[in-house]
Amino acid sequence: MKFSGTAHRYGRDIDTDVIIPARYLNTSDPEELAKHALEDLDAEFVHNVRPGDVIVAEENFGCGSSREHAPIAIKNAGIDCVIAKSFARIFYRNAINTGLAIMECPEAVDGIKAGDRVSVDADAGLVVDETTGKSFTAEPFPPFIKEIIEAGGLVNRTKAKLAAK
Amino acid sequence: MSRPMTVAEKILAAHAGLDEVKPGQLIECDLDLVLSNDVTGPIAIKAFREIGLPNVFDAERIALVPDHYVPNKDIKSAEQAKMLRDFAHEQGITHYYEVGCMGVEHALLPEQGVVTAGDLIIGSDSHTCTYGALGAFATGVGSTDAGVGYATGRAWFKVPESIKFIVDGELPEGVTSKDLILHIIGMIGVDGALYQAMEFAGSTIAKLSMEARMTISNMAIEAGGKVGIIEVDDVTRAYLTGRSEHPAVEYHSDPDARYARVIEIDASTIRPTVSWPHLPSNAKPVEDSRGVTIDQSVIGSCTNGRIEDMRQAAAVLKGRTVSPNVRCIVIPATQQVYRQCMDEGLTTIFLDANCAVSTPTCGPCLGGYMGILAAGERSVATTNRNFVGRMGDPTSEVYLSSPAVAAASAVLGHLGLPSDLEPLEA
Repeated sequence: MKFSGTAHRYGRDIDTDVIIPARYLNTSDPEELAKHALEDLDAEFVHNVRPGDVIVAEENFGCGSSREHAPIAIKNAGIDCVIAKSFARIFYRNAINTGLAIMECPEAVDGIKAGDRVSVDADAGLVVDETTGKSFTAEPFPPFIKEIIEAGGLVNRTKAKLAAK
Repeated sequence: MSRPMTVAEKILAAHAGLDEVKPGQLIECDLDLVLSNDVTGPIAIKAFREIGLPNVFDAERIALVPDHYVPNKDIKSAEQAKMLRDFAHEQGITHYYEVGCMGVEHALLPEQGVVTAGDLIIGSDSHTCTYGALGAFATGVGSTDAGVGYATGRAWFKVPESIKFIVDGELPEGVTSKDLILHIIGMIGVDGALYQAMEFAGSTIAKLSMEARMTISNMAIEAGGKVGIIEVDDVTRAYLTGRSEHPAVEYHSDPDARYARVIEIDASTIRPTVSWPHLPSNAKPVEDSRGVTIDQSVIGSCTNGRIEDMRQAAAVLKGRTVSPNVRCIVIPATQQVYRQCMDEGLTTIFLDANCAVSTPTCGPCLGGYMGILAAGERSVATTNRNFVGRMGDPTSEVYLSSPAVAAASAVLGHLGLPSDLEPLEA
């Protein structure tokens, strides 16, 4: 998976309530959720985001609730990849399971500024800041998690495993 | 002889069919229970449908609890609750709880004996970690994990490292387990236990009731923890006896088990604590918070909506009335707690104090309904999160506290302690 777009830069402890406020959780429609992604953190985000863009954030991205609406909202708003220093564990699972690319890469987070053009090769774990020319390498995923990602998420992996029985 | 293990590692190993596991290992496990609610259930059902199996793995080992936006708050919520209900009926789910029988899931399932010691439980709700108080490995996951769990009864786990919190000494008068867990989150931060299991032990924990322990385990997630486990002891056994639907299994950490960290806490130093906006880790003594005026007080939730919490709030509110500038909303967490409040005369105390008493719901805790804040308004709440916009408008504020502090603050009109209140006339 390769992506290229603009970096949207945020701080630490970005919680799932600001990623998608609970007042919109009375639906699970991805398009509807996408309209309100990050609304309480950055009201301009949904107007500025373009397909291929990446979010770059500090530690503990996605802390708080288990709502899968959070990765769904971000992904359907156009974000293909989130690069952070660390992820809250339920968000981490949800991203892997639903096919939102995530990368833990503190050096990239420190090196990328808001608005920089960024290209990502998720399979190789490679992040390049096209604006500055710097490149960064993310921690590779363990084989088990890579298997889920390569299957296209946990549902597809489960289907494949059941079919193989 | 396998390597020494923590209680968290032992439960995971047993459910993976392995003699031993070690931190960092990725494993697949058999589950004892899969839980969802009306917000996360519909997406889990969609995942289940995509997998294409006609039936869930075991209709008796899935719990579906409509609690977040029920009784239905609007048309869209009604549709989501209906999806959960229709699925429960179609699949013959035995642990489905309709309005009138339901409660806030993490208060309801322990109370009804659906979860017990030694269980491995996933729930598409982050506060599933509450059941760690019973000696279970219970953790929040997303809807896709839950949907796959419905289909297969299995889930993948990364074995977490464990942090041991040893709490010794007497909690001072008026200091509760809520103050203790807010204090701990303040100490280690909202990612202080990220990807890790929190294990709570020591003489202070040993003396806590099961309900008080559930408040601690409930908030493990607010420190980033995967679980908040307390080993089984006589308090646990007394609570589970005659209650558990299936046999409890006891696991104990080996004396030489490896911990990433051991943190010792002197309970006698802990004061009544309130977490200021906008992180649960922003913990400060209540006595340094008296300048904060409030518009609302919420007493309830999976953190503090059980009968002991109701009694603590009622003890403060008895013979007093809520400040005319404050709306005080009391939400017993289950039908049983609601009935107990009536039987013990607590409901009368709340009504006499001018509180609104609601049927069980998560409601205002996550900004659903039944107490939403306007721009700039402040609420003290016995709930678990105070993120931006958590209870309403993004400019509103939530202060987390114990039931006694929330009740006292409702009377005072600002954050404060029960000891700040005018003594009642004899």
